[in-house]
Amino acid sequence: MNGKYMFSLLAIFVLFLLPYVGVTAFGLKTLFGIFIPLIALTIFIIGFVRRIKGWSESPVPFRIPTTCGQQKSLTWIESSPIDNPTTKAGVVVRMILEVMLFRSLFRNLKFKRESNGILSYSWELWLWLGALAFHWAFLVTIVRHLRFFAEPIPYFVRALEFFDSFFRVEFFTDAFQVGLPGIYMSGIVLLAAAIYLLARRILLAQVRYVSLAADYFPLFLIIGIAVSGIMMRYASKVDIVGIKAFTMGLVTLNPTIPEGVGATFYVHLFFVSVLLIYFPFSKLMHMGGIFMSPTRNLTTDTRAKHYSNPWNYPVKTHTYEEYEDDYREKMIDAGLPVDKELAEVKE
Amino acid sequence: MSDLPKPDEFLTGIDHKMPQTDWMNTPTEIRKGMYCYASNYKSVEILGLPNARPWNPLEDDWKLPENWQQIIHEGFKERLDKFRSFKVFMDICVRCGACADKCHFFIGTGDPKNMPVLRAELLRSIYRNDFTTVGKILGKIGGGRKMTLDVLKEWWYYLFQCTECRRCSVFCPYGIDTAEVTIMGRELLNLIGLNIDWIATPIANCYQTGNHLGIQPHAFKDMLEFFVEDIEEITGINVDPSFNRKGADILFITPSGDVFADPGTYTCMGYMMLFHYLREKYGFDITWSTYASEGGNFGFFTSHETMKRLNSKMYAEAKRLGVKWILGGECGHMWRVINQYMDTMNGPADFLEEPVSPITGTKFENAKSTKMVHIAEFLADLIHHDKLELDPSRNDNFKVSFHDSCNPARGMGMFEEPRYVIKNVCNHFYEMPANTIREQTFCCGSGAGLNAGENMELRLAGGLPRANAVKYVHEKFGVNMLACVCAIDRAALPTSLEYWVPEVDTTGMTELVANALIMPGETKRETDLRGEPLPGMEEDDA
Repeated sequence: MNGKYMFSLLAIFVLFLLPYVGVTAFGLKTLFGIFIPLIALTIFIIGFVRRIKGWSESPVPFRIPTTCGQQKSLTWIESSPIDNPTTKAGVVVRMILEVMLFRSLFRNLKFKRESNGILSYSWELWLWLGALAFHWAFLVTIVRHLRFFAEPIPYFVRALEFFDSFFRVEFFTDAFQVGLPGIYMSGIVLLAAAIYLLARRILLAQVRYVSLAADYFPLFLIIGIAVSGIMMRYASKVDIVGIKAFTMGLVTLNPTIPEGVGATFYVHLFFVSVLLIYFPFSKLMHMGGIFMSPTRNLTTDTRAKHYSNPWNYPVKTHTYEEYEDDYREKMIDAGLPVDKELAEVKE
Repeated sequence: MSDLPKPDEFLTGIDHKMPQTDWMNTPTEIRKGMYCYASNYKSVEILGLPNARPWNPLEDDWKLPENWQQIIHEGFKERLDKFRSFKVFMDICVRCGACADKCHFFIGTGDPKNMPVLRAELLRSIYRNDFTTVGKILGKIGGGRKMTLDVLKEWWYYLFQCTECRRCSVFCPYGIDTAEVTIMGRELLNLIGLNIDWIATPIANCYQTGNHLGIQPHAFKDMLEFFVEDIEEITGINVDPSFNRKGADILFITPSGDVFADPGTYTCMGYMMLFHYLREKYGFDITWSTYASEGGNFGFFTSHETMKRLNSKMYAEAKRLGVKWILGGECGHMWRVINQYMDTMNGPADFLEEPVSPITGTKFENAKSTKMVHIAEFLADLIHHDKLELDPSRNDNFKVSFHDSCNPARGMGMFEEPRYVIKNVCNHFYEMPANTIREQTFCCGSGAGLNAGENMELRLAGGLPRANAVKYVHEKFGVNMLACVCAIDRAALPTSLEYWVPEVDTTGMTELVANALIMPGETKRETDLRGEPLPGMEEDDA
């Protein structure tokens, strides 16, 4: 047992009980349905902006890109305009590849010590694949949810839903009905990828060793969001019309509590609220930070162009004059040219 | 090296199993063979750096200033405010573990605190506690901890087990650069006088005499004149270098290590022969300097300020001598400093001209602001324009592979130039496996000031991944010579290879060039620069 993930799991359990008991036993629907989500959204926006602002306030004194390709030097040597970008356009492409396709993670290798003592490195794509699936599925799921916050539903949301639910299976039992609404791949992939990332963190000794509670917590939370969402869609079949009326009320700041919506909805909403509140204070800020990483987002033309350091200051150096004063006689004896002859100094 | 295990025992002794105890609760033991001696207080005094005093890492009392915690805290804050890199890197790591097995020290030691992620967590844990509200509230479960003497010792031990090679930053999805974290950490340690002597004394020497080895001007000239004699013996030609000469076209600066120790000395002889050749053939006009007689910059391993103080000599000397531009020799971190820091720190060098090769007329557009060109760029251009008369068969005894030095690789991207040069002066060239070269190259294991003698176990552990790839090409292709463009490599690799792959030797790029270079008026060469018989000349010896 690892205290760190048990702590996080326990935290999620408590966070589950709060809305569940709050709504079913105490009827705190307004608190969990309206106040907490609005406060959470406010904290998220203010917190996110403050973090980005905090980072921007620290200057970038030196340009320190990690060069991952051939530099641009002699005209007849082919350079890497993306992995060693000398132009802003190259940096933009590098950043797009980094943000959208996790290019650096794509390089991932796995080190192994063979029985004969030889070290070998093999291409290891699972982390990249899991991470990419996780993030894209999350994005699609979020965009898909815009259907609850806009009327009429924007065209791109409908298009996305169409492709996302392209995979339709009809499967009915008394307890569980799958089929008619169409399965959203994004939800399933999100859940599967989050479980993979969690399993990896727990099962791989090295990753477990470096993990903090703060690494398990968001995974448990997102799994909680995905499970509650999937439950609502495929099992408990919540009243979509009622929810839409409620969410539209939220965005128009004229919220009303819907009737006939079960506790699962409040749990889902509360988990999302917790995620929003937690986000700006956690490692999840890597979402904003990646754009500000000086090893990736700068041009590599540091010898071709002059760049200034805003806090550059003069330093004490050992000047040539001092150096010559220290060694003048020896220099003259060795036949090295000097700026001042011995006679000049003695005067 | 006598108390070290045999290589195969060393290899089987490496254990990558994680300890039972959480890393924060695993105490750090400063172990012999893994750490470098403390800085000599006299060296610290020369630069006027804080807390100069004799101290010993093995003793309990490190003789720290009373308010050392406050100094570290304030220094930490100052750096967060001055470097976005530091602030962002403290905040955004998700501990995905992609960096873990990319570090040569983790591969070679199996010590989890040598995983780049944990090396950075050593600082992040303090950052969370000192500078984030959540970290203060959550304490240990939030990944924060208080700065204690034990933490400080852990910092010192592990920040000097990182060679700032940046391999991890290639693989990090956010580009988090452990070198940057180590640089900041070492700056903080230096605020309370915790450096290692293999860094502190070279920087004091460099500050005072112009080079790390403390060679005074007359002795520097003497040493190069020894090489003049050696070259004359081999080629029959007197190369006659010039020093501190005002009005020369170009100033040449290279690491002093190559003046001092084999096999770097052969590379140094190579420079001298090349310059002589170019002078005779094309009227090339270059001077050495005794004042700026160091390309390397161990200040970089101390603090940004110390780096700037040492680096300033390059432009100052170029200005004093009135040269047009500067040519730089083979060196690793020297080139990261020149490529990414020099112009910003000590430029703009508006007193110099945009560099143009006087021989080929090539404009080095990529260096038009710093006005400093790498010898590999310069040589590749010469060879491309067919300006050198070469006999590559003189290197036929060598089966060569090329080790990309960390900084020219990941802080510059100079991959093709040295390869082009080497392939033109050698007939037998073989690459090591793709995931151990270019931007994925492995460190020699002794960079960033760790090339001391007392930390030999650490150096060999760190050198293992590189040596292992060399061993692979040695067994597969018979490679017997590893070329590189770094003076630290030339000092470190021979030791590492002697232990792991004793059949393979180390050379600089320019040494290979000079072997192949047909100098006007030379006598028939019988040996290479090392005095070894050339191919086909072995018989004459017998």
